[in-house]
Amino acid sequence: MNPTDTTIRPGVSIAGVGTPSTGAPRSDAADPVMELSGVSVYYGAYEAVRDTSMPIQEKQITAMIGPSGCGKSTILRSLNRMNDLIPGARVSGAVTYHGQDLYAKDVDPIEVRRRIGMVFQKPNPFPKSIYDNVAYGPRVTGMKVSSMDDLVERALRDAALWDEVKDKLKTSGLALSGGQQQRLCIARTIAVRPEIILMDEPCSALDPIATAKIEDLMSELSNDYTIVIVTHNMQQAARVSHYTAFFTAEVDEQQERHGRLVEFSQTGKLFTNPADKRTEDYITGRFG
Amino acid sequence: MSTPTITTETRPDSSASGDALTQRRSRPGEVAFRLAMQACLLIAFGVLAALLTWVLVKGWNRLDSRLWTEMPTGLASRLDGAGVQSALVGTLWIISLVALICLPIGILSAIYLEEYADNTRWYNRLLELNIQNLAGVPSIIFGILGLGIIARALGLGFTVITAAIVLSLLVLPVVIIATREAIRAVPQSIRHASYALGATKWQTVSRQVLPSAVPGIATGSILALSRAIGEAAPLIVLGAVTFITFNPDGLDSGYTALPIQIYTFITRSQSEYTELAAGAIVLLLAIVLAMNSIAIFVRNRFEKRW
Ligand SMILES: Nc1ncnc2c1ncn2[C@@H]1O[C@H](COP(=O)(O)OP(=O)(O)OP(=O)(O)O)[C@@H](O)[C@H]1O
Ligand SMILES: [Mg+2]
Repeated sequence: MNPTDTTIRPGVSIAGVGTPSTGAPRSDAADPVMELSGVSVYYGAYEAVRDTSMPIQEKQITAMIGPSGCGKSTILRSLNRMNDLIPGARVSGAVTYHGQDLYAKDVDPIEVRRRIGMVFQKPNPFPKSIYDNVAYGPRVTGMKVSSMDDLVERALRDAALWDEVKDKLKTSGLALSGGQQQRLCIARTIAVRPEIILMDEPCSALDPIATAKIEDLMSELSNDYTIVIVTHNMQQAARVSHYTAFFTAEVDEQQERHGRLVEFSQTGKLFTNPADKRTEDYITGRFG
Repeated sequence: MSTPTITTETRPDSSASGDALTQRRSRPGEVAFRLAMQACLLIAFGVLAALLTWVLVKGWNRLDSRLWTEMPTGLASRLDGAGVQSALVGTLWIISLVALICLPIGILSAIYLEEYADNTRWYNRLLELNIQNLAGVPSIIFGILGLGIIARALGLGFTVITAAIVLSLLVLPVVIIATREAIRAVPQSIRHASYALGATKWQTVSRQVLPSAVPGIATGSILALSRAIGEAAPLIVLGAVTFITFNPDGLDSGYTALPIQIYTFITRSQSEYTELAAGAIVLLLAIVLAMNSIAIFVRNRFEKRW
């Protein structure tokens, strides 16, 4: 039996079995919005992830799964040059965005991050009001907005937070619950209208109800945004994503661990009919 | 069913072993440490209280408006109508200038070192090491340096600006170190959140890091200024030793300052001088107290919780 069938959320499609509203995965022939080819990421001399190649399809949710330490966050950060902020981090290979090399000399990482936003594992609202948290991005990026109030409201609505906070926009973002804070962080990210949203384990600090809200939100957002999500929760990957990349850590001759991409395919296929034995072991819980 | 049985078996009979919850055991280590801490506190506080009482009692007769409306005098016979106005104004001049000179330089240096400098580079680390060391240099050395370079070589002479520059240099390391601590206490996740939204480095620093660091910066700055205000040693070699019966009226004016004035009064044997000195000490303490309350106000106003 197809193990993912029972976990499909209404309105979310995986492996082409869902409703067309959120869309089946594009055929692999479609031009990906981003593409990694032969990407290795180093921390100093240590090669944390080796030779990764995979596409990121437009307006689809791509999940990255794999054991702890296999380099999921590392690869995710390489997609919007957040690695630049880590001293000693270095990327080789090519990450392209609409065909343009993100690591070319003349590319401004600030501009990259304006188009490719990120939501972090731990909710990290600014110590400012809810309103200012959402308005910060549009302000610093100099977005032309006719009404900041409308923009803030729309972002909070899109992040399914508006009803809970509409009466207390002036209170501190830190006064919200963990799940609300995470949705505030998502609202803050979509307020700048990025094209792609990267999420690093956005639900790891949340309870099942808050997690379900954020998963629904992701499905909703995938109508307009391309989403890449790192998750430890395989059910989550199966539920929300269209594509899944499975990473693992390999030990080389020098006893060094390097992250490797083992398998990338449509989520339905990866979970029902994995091509690689290691993927199968991992998703069936036989990972040692 | 088995769990309760196991519990009663493995736990000693509490009433029999004298281990009952209600019976507080004495823990000699805890008690001794507590007493030691209280004793230290008492010593520190006792000394301070004794000093305060002494100056208050000694200076009681002089704690009136004469202190700031009258000029000091070198003649014991005229002492009844004397105050420390020129020293007070000198101190206010100097401390304002020190704030204007050393706070911008110190805070900007700290921002550079903390947010911009690549501390894997040898010159940045050398810089850091030097700042740490500068904080430990005796103030008289700064005075001599100021005399040689600023007063003589640069030709600024024994003036208010010379004193302000030297005191600024003296407390600059304190401002830098305190500001760096405050900046470092701002969580990295806040910076990352800002960058991930497409903010530039300066936007991140000026809109997120600095506002969050303001309480720490304010506290450190006031501590530094409080130290500058009480310094006498460097000023002694910078020409602020005599009685001055005029207020400074510009950067190139001669001056005296409260700590110097207190010092000169106390070296006189007449008890009237001691009284006036005690009054001046109370005045100096009041200024320091006022500055500290500004710091507390700023801290409470900008306090951030994560
Ligand atoms: N800032 C860093 N400096 C040095 N090494 C790092 C750094 N961040 C990660 N690494 C190393 O890179 C490897 C991959 O780390 P990464 O955080 O990408 O793993 P992950 O798959 O996200 O793990 P997790 O699921 O636990 O979050 C690990 O061996 C880790 O020790
Ligand atoms: Mg991670």
